[in-house]
Amino acid sequence: MDITLDLVLQQAVTGLALGAVYVLVAVGLSLIFGLLTVVNFAHGAFFMVGAYAGIATHEYTGSFLAAGVAAVVVSALIGAFSERVLVRPLYGRGIDYPLLLTFGISYVLVDAARILFGRQGLSIDLPEALQGGIDLGFGYFPLYRMLLVAGTLVLLALLWLGIERTRWGLIIRAGARDPLILRVLGVDVSRVWLAIFAFGAGLAGLAGILAAPLRGATPEMGDGVLVSAFVVTVVGGMGSLAGAVVAGFGLGVAVSLTTLFAPAFSDLAMFVFMAIVLLVRPNGLFGRAGLLS
Amino acid sequence: MSVAQTVPAPTGLLARRFGPVGSLALALVFLAVLPLVLPYTSLAGTVLVMGLFAAGYNLVFGYAGILSLGHAAMFGGGAYTTGLLMLKLGLSWPLAVVAGAVAGALVGIVFAALALRTRGIYFAMVTLALGQCGYQLAITFADVTGGDNGLRGFVAAPIEIGGLVLDPAQPMVRYYLMFGFAAVALAGLARVLVSPFGMVLRAMRENLPRARACGLDVRGAKALALALSGLVCGLAGSLYAIHLSTVPVDTLGYHLSGQAVMMTLLGGMGTFFGPLLGAALFVGAEHLVSDVTEYWQTVVGILFIGFVLFCPKGVWGTFEGARQP
Repeated sequence: MDITLDLVLQQAVTGLALGAVYVLVAVGLSLIFGLLTVVNFAHGAFFMVGAYAGIATHEYTGSFLAAGVAAVVVSALIGAFSERVLVRPLYGRGIDYPLLLTFGISYVLVDAARILFGRQGLSIDLPEALQGGIDLGFGYFPLYRMLLVAGTLVLLALLWLGIERTRWGLIIRAGARDPLILRVLGVDVSRVWLAIFAFGAGLAGLAGILAAPLRGATPEMGDGVLVSAFVVTVVGGMGSLAGAVVAGFGLGVAVSLTTLFAPAFSDLAMFVFMAIVLLVRPNGLFGRAGLLS
Repeated sequence: MSVAQTVPAPTGLLARRFGPVGSLALALVFLAVLPLVLPYTSLAGTVLVMGLFAAGYNLVFGYAGILSLGHAAMFGGGAYTTGLLMLKLGLSWPLAVVAGAVAGALVGIVFAALALRTRGIYFAMVTLALGQCGYQLAITFADVTGGDNGLRGFVAAPIEIGGLVLDPAQPMVRYYLMFGFAAVALAGLARVLVSPFGMVLRAMRENLPRARACGLDVRGAKALALALSGLVCGLAGSLYAIHLSTVPVDTLGYHLSGQAVMMTLLGGMGTFFGPLLGAALFVGAEHLVSDVTEYWQTVVGILFIGFVLFCPKGVWGTFEGARQP
């Protein structure tokens, strides 16, 4: 097979779409960690919940939009429940316990998906309007993947505006820096944390339903994505949103191009990149030293 | 060595009430009678292997206070090394088991070299990714490892010790041969834990900045702990290969790393007997529940959540803590 420039570009777009999914998952993971110092091991399960909730809704309504809304709402609700009932009693008991707890939550959610929807996995077809490709003048690209990347970029821009320019964003930034002072100033910090956890879970759910047309849904689909999102946050720098975005898209493209040039090693590529970054910059590309010590 | 002055006297290092020798004796008696009380010898073998795995993991997680989520790489690394040496080179199984343990230690050293540049939660995430890397390696080089199907086709031949022929094909003989290896490893672990090095580990867990301020080589101690933990976990993996006569690719999987955490926490982290008890509880629960329903993960997950919330010291940790004055 000849490797043409056209093929490389196509593969790069596929990589960006893959990266968009990583970014959506990693941004939520990073936000939750940045504010709550909880490493959410259930994040992959929320991703999976979003995909299943979306597909189930799609079967009843036939609407892709409704599927997206359902994915966000259901995973955000399960996220909110997890934070309020299970994670909250563990604050102040060290950083390991919430992590272990969310690990248990992921066990239960994955098995719940098996019970409700079976082990085989489900698939969802794109609406016809989103199928096919689009000619950009220098090549022919799959429409849905382009939209996925564009939509993620718009969402990220909104998120950035929200964090930097709104009153809510101010509270979030203050909470990440010093929750105690924020509480003294009269802000109910526990409600902010609940909202952030639900928001992060919702983002993961959205990523799940957006990825479902490309890869289908299985109960275990979150495991690999969780590991990828961890690699993204490690490479980008823990708690750094900009790092998550750059590393997410970068790793997506890197993995995708490795698939083209050395297919056998595509699954390993990500870990090799992580090892290199760790050797050169132990705190990640955008990470600050001492954040987690 | 000045360590003895920096941390409390070594009482309560292995166990408060049982003392180091008592704890080791308890662990060995427990494993020795296991096949006699359990309905299937193979179940006892699984408990032994998983118990040894959890005990090795506990050295890092329970004693040194370092959360690793990639220990399956050490377990699976040992299992695959043993299996491959027997299959491709025809090595006798006891030698292959020793080599598997060494391979586990080497994986631990690789972990130390890469992941110890980071700390805390960061470390946990990097070890998780490294563990997943091991899994992908086995899948990528499927022509050597058998890929998804796992490694098959090696047989542990009978060995002769002083005229006595021991055939691992017989379940009971196999169990007590494995027990011999496990006993050596557990005795070694107990010895390490009462050494000054064992105290350094606990000092790091209790207060890392203070341990460093006392002039302890924190990073070196962590690296050594990972290597020793890898040695024990690699041995556990090697014995698993002998126990099953195959190496499933799950031995490298992310869930096995999680299982190490669960078993250790269930039994009681930072106690000598806890991980063995935790492994027995975990394997037992899995066995009993999977008889009733195939969805045993739900039950185990809820049990685990309950322990994290309400009983973080684990069964044995709570029992020992209650007996402490």
